[in-house]
Amino acid sequence: MKILVAVKRAIDYNVKARPKSDNSGVDLANVKMSMNPFDEIAVEEAIRLQEAGTASETVAVSIGPKQCQETLRTAMAMGVERSILVETEEDVQPLAVAKVLKALVEKEQPSLVILGKQAIDDDSNQVGQMLAALLGWAQGTFACKVTPDGETLSVQREVDGGLQTVALKLPAIVTTDLRLNEPRYVKLPNIMKAKKKPLDTVTPADLGVDVAPRLTLLKAEDPPVREAGVKVEDVAELVEKLKNEAKVI
Amino acid sequence: MAVLIIAEHDNAAVGPATLNAVAAGLKLADSVDVLVAGEGCGAVADGAKSIQGVAKVLVADAAPYANALAENLAPLIAEVADSYEHILAAATTTGKNVMPRVAALLDVAQISDIIGVAGADTFVRPIYAGNIIATVQTADAKKVITVRTTAFDAVADTGGSAEVTPVDATHDSGLSSFEGEELTKSDRPDLTAADIVVSGGRGVGSADNFSIIEALADKLGAAVGASRAAVDAGYMPNDYQVGQTGKVVAPQLYVAVGISGAIQHLAGMKDSKVIVAINKDEEAPIFQVADYGLVGDLFNEVPAMTDLLE
Repeated sequence: MKILVAVKRAIDYNVKARPKSDNSGVDLANVKMSMNPFDEIAVEEAIRLQEAGTASETVAVSIGPKQCQETLRTAMAMGVERSILVETEEDVQPLAVAKVLKALVEKEQPSLVILGKQAIDDDSNQVGQMLAALLGWAQGTFACKVTPDGETLSVQREVDGGLQTVALKLPAIVTTDLRLNEPRYVKLPNIMKAKKKPLDTVTPADLGVDVAPRLTLLKAEDPPVREAGVKVEDVAELVEKLKNEAKVI
Repeated sequence: MAVLIIAEHDNAAVGPATLNAVAAGLKLADSVDVLVAGEGCGAVADGAKSIQGVAKVLVADAAPYANALAENLAPLIAEVADSYEHILAAATTTGKNVMPRVAALLDVAQISDIIGVAGADTFVRPIYAGNIIATVQTADAKKVITVRTTAFDAVADTGGSAEVTPVDATHDSGLSSFEGEELTKSDRPDLTAADIVVSGGRGVGSADNFSIIEALADKLGAAVGASRAAVDAGYMPNDYQVGQTGKVVAPQLYVAVGISGAIQHLAGMKDSKVIVAINKDEEAPIFQVADYGLVGDLFNEVPAMTDLLE
């Protein structure tokens, strides 16, 4: 089984994003960027499936500016064998990402595509489901356990009330939730090795995909500020205030 | 302009999140239609027709829709969407799973997790874990939207008198099948619908110690939540997680116990009406958003609070 894994270069999860002073967008100047955490889990899962002998080949893909090469090198340092960068300076929105990935799937013919359930920048949570729709494939979103079983894939999913298990016909799409696995740390020798692994670059135009945005960001603002309240001395004062001041109990 | 709401349900009753999605839909039109897709879901349709603001309930009752599998539901919704401009569902795991699939079938963008309606094509939604509030405008004729339930007050589920119309369309993709589910059983209220939530963090220290949190929750008639740190440490299952990567809640009262207040947790609870923080570290960021802060050892303070409440 060949696995394609999609990775996004996104703001580092330890960095707090801020709007630009004119509210025209998000201020990302000199902000540390990293692989989207959910995508790290996707990479880890692909590598584990390869180490278990289920996957025969793993390929990582990223869409965005030249700097996404670093993100792909990280995926390869973790263990992915080769990478494809779809290079563009456009703001590629989820539907366009899904279309680009569809074109790559048709070229690469993987049996499984693993993606993070959402990116921690725009928090859309769309691409995996959209790709599944465009390909007419089954989807196992918010996965916390993936078990290959011949021609099908058993996926345990994190749902609001607990856990749900679905059986997917292959080829299929899986999107990762937090507890699927814990991504490995990259070791220095592997970083060196990753520099020699193949990284091909194409453009959306090469793939025949129109990535023109459908959504326009009109405004990016700070959320309403919540004022800090008061400190209470003890539990008795707390309960009294909740009863008589806030009137919530 | 016609608005369609996809009902959230368990084939027995309308899920409460549907009422928030209807509320969002009513910001776009004077009335909305509701699609109930399931198997043996007549009781859901009966419930849906009494929801305020609902003009018509469309019912697709067929075996492939029994477990809301996205592969079967998405083509149905895309077909029904033909007569609608706005198609909305609550941003529950069910809505998040199926709606982007619908949007792609319709070749339109989806607008995820809206917290406000600024016009027929313009919506407000949190990005970057709620650190930025974005106003976005779509160029697409059809709008596929998921709704953050806590941002829209639920409409009443009584008093309406919608007409019920069957939808005769069965899509069975054969791509996936439902194998089973393990739902967390609890006598406590549902986390996302509760008026009061008591959450514990890493400071609680162990799974066993969560009984302290549960005892206070039970005294208050509250749901129990947990921070991601507590979930990662294995103290509580993931479906208790409150935060950007878990559930977003906005109860009347949120009690954060032994939770430091990481950005990712604040994103999941900062819209609560009243926030109480109990933490031994007086520098903890949670105190910056708390209406009432109590600096102290949770192992003394929480049982004392439980005892005080009758």
